[in-house]
Amino acid sequence: MNNRYTRDQMAARVAQDIPEGAYVNLGIGLPTKVANYLPLEKEIFLHSENGLLGMGPAPAPGEEDEDLINAGKQPVTLLTGGAYFHHADSFAMMRGGHLDICVLGAFQVSHTGDLANWHTGAPDAIPAVGGAMDLAIGAKQVFVMMEHQTKTGESKIVERCTYPLTGIGCVSRIYTDLAVLDVTSEGLRVREMAPGLTLADLQAVTAAPLLAPLE
Amino acid sequence: MIDKTCDSLAQSVADIHDGATVMIGGFGNAGMPSALIDALIAHGARELTIVNNNAGNGDTGLAALIKEKRVRKIVCSFPRQSDSWHFDTLYRAGEIELELTPQGNLAERIRAAGAGIGGFFSPTGYGTLLAEGKETRVIDGKNYVFETPIHADFALIKALRGDRWGNLVYRKTARNFGPIMAMAAKTTIAQVAEIVPLGELDPEAIVTPGIFVQRVVKEAV
Repeated sequence: MNNRYTRDQMAARVAQDIPEGAYVNLGIGLPTKVANYLPLEKEIFLHSENGLLGMGPAPAPGEEDEDLINAGKQPVTLLTGGAYFHHADSFAMMRGGHLDICVLGAFQVSHTGDLANWHTGAPDAIPAVGGAMDLAIGAKQVFVMMEHQTKTGESKIVERCTYPLTGIGCVSRIYTDLAVLDVTSEGLRVREMAPGLTLADLQAVTAAPLLAPLE
Repeated sequence: MIDKTCDSLAQSVADIHDGATVMIGGFGNAGMPSALIDALIAHGARELTIVNNNAGNGDTGLAALIKEKRVRKIVCSFPRQSDSWHFDTLYRAGEIELELTPQGNLAERIRAAGAGIGGFFSPTGYGTLLAEGKETRVIDGKNYVFETPIHADFALIKALRGDRWGNLVYRKTARNFGPIMAMAAKTTIAQVAEIVPLGELDPEAIVTPGIFVQRVVKEAV
């Protein structure tokens, strides 16, 4: 399969689905790229769980402030109109259903929207969860952004997650390098596929049943 | 006259006893009260239970306290990072106990302690490894896990400015856990960049009212 979306194309595609006025949390890693593709003419509120709403881009070199960082502990800026708040308020915004969208990376997603993205379960791994579980169950819509397959070619979309779960039935949409899929009550429905890909091609590399796109 | 200011960092932490539960503010290094932690290391208290979001970054602050083997147990959400080598070493050697809590549950458990709440049902973590063995309940068709408050003997936090009544304001994202840890500890010690005269902090903008703060100390003299 040589028509895969690049990571930047995936980020641009996710950005298209974020409307003006949305309160959005972008997870650490690949989802952070989405910020680069949010159109400047749209006012979109980026939330960072360490107590920041109205997060702006990275500061110019030399302008970093160690007291102004994002959840990945990288220096950021605050937009005019932005606000600071403490951790309990920040997670109330998440858990309380006030965020419209969060975008997360994943190890695996099941066809019913179960998410595994915090722990490989390896016996020698030191577990770390951060805000992943709060984001997974809190936002009105949870978008997952990930490669369709692992480096060794296994499907990351599965019938049942084999990695430890982050949340149950919490994912609403999946953006991969091959397709955009919706988690629906009927099952996983394909919305879009990379150019030249057929449903049969996509099904062949997906370890869960797919529903054809709606006409 | 009530004056909660301390003359020295050493004096402000002098009664932290072996085995104490100590909350330490900060998210990574933003808001970490490094001057108070250095004073705590010099003071020598051991067998501490530490509550923080992380388990130390690099070689300073909380990482230094861990390196000095003063920490018996840590309650946190995100211990493993590229620069958490002191924690990683002791954890792998079985010399430090870890209680891993999702970050929002950590924050709310701290807040609950400060607000006098005996526990709460949280949707976070339901059906995961981190909810194993915990009581669950279905409320209005949604699944929840019972979480208990985290109390502490001491909280060490960092703020920008404080006054002699203990009122505090913070700086940018260095606020993070400071306000809720101040509520949850029996004794809260705030390291501040500046001690200002009473009345100088705008009452409309005070983030932590002095009732939650027992000591205020300047971070550098």
